[in-house]
Amino acid sequence: MSTAVVLGMGGLGCPAALALAEQVPGVRLLLVDPDRVERSNLSRQILFTEADVGAPKAEVAARRLARLVPGARVEPRVLRFGPASASGLLDGCDVLLDGTDSFETRFAANDAACAGRVPLVHGAVLGWDGQLLTVLPGQGSCLRCLFEEPPPPGALPTCAEAGVASPLCGVVGAAMASEAARILLGERPRSLARLHRWDGLRGTERDVPVPRDPHCPACALAPEADLRHP
Amino acid sequence: MPVIVKIPAPLRPLTQGQSEVSVENAATVQAAVEDLSRRYPGLRERLLDEKGALRRYVNIFRNDEDIRHSKSLQTALAEGDKLTIVPAIAGG
Repeated sequence: MSTAVVLGMGGLGCPAALALAEQVPGVRLLLVDPDRVERSNLSRQILFTEADVGAPKAEVAARRLARLVPGARVEPRVLRFGPASASGLLDGCDVLLDGTDSFETRFAANDAACAGRVPLVHGAVLGWDGQLLTVLPGQGSCLRCLFEEPPPPGALPTCAEAGVASPLCGVVGAAMASEAARILLGERPRSLARLHRWDGLRGTERDVPVPRDPHCPACALAPEADLRHP
Repeated sequence: MPVIVKIPAPLRPLTQGQSEVSVENAATVQAAVEDLSRRYPGLRERLLDEKGALRRYVNIFRNDEDIRHSKSLQTALAEGDKLTIVPAIAGG
């Protein structure tokens, strides 16, 4: 019996959770989001309808997934992921999927995954650009090996400012589910220590290697000899 | 042959929406960044900090190589190289 924790029930978390529930029957899914459904979400957050506006995303998504995937074991968590909530959420977690819209949360998720030696699938979209990086703590690199720290507020546009291409959310969300399924099934993830990038406008995708940074403070919490995942 | 620089979505407002621009006669990544900064005001501040170092939430790849694992901004460029600017993004 495996457990996947999905952070952010937005444009990535919705398709990722749906695809993972379908692909790995019996997986226990914890859906984590502190926010409520807004009308502007509906174009890309496929588990919500107009009638859900104003309701907690995690609760609506859990109900809808349970109907869409008979037998799915889905539990909502209406809270924000951070250092205070990380240990409770990651206890017993076999894979963490991060599709949140906050740099702070993303780096917190990376650090908590490394410290807890929990595999992490990091997916992100901005405009027509998408990114995917899979982290197996103790094997290869992590998000902080690629970006040393989150940008300060205002330094880079958020998805609220730059927009998010709805079709690309489906593509990246499905790829996140695919990576998580590989991990749960004991297969090697495709984007381990590789940053996969989409240019949705041009229809191109490619990946580049992300070497481990020997000075990475997050990887220092997960020495290469100390593995949770085979 | 020029060096092609791929511009990510968050920085395209600074390049008039262009997702690719070219740089002529740049011997290093630093020279390419300086050339782009002259042509596209505001780009330098997004890429480099006050000391002229690459910002810690932005990366540049020369072909498939993270320049921070080479000679950073002093990484040499050859004809036909592609530079890809990769900032952290957080949309979902």
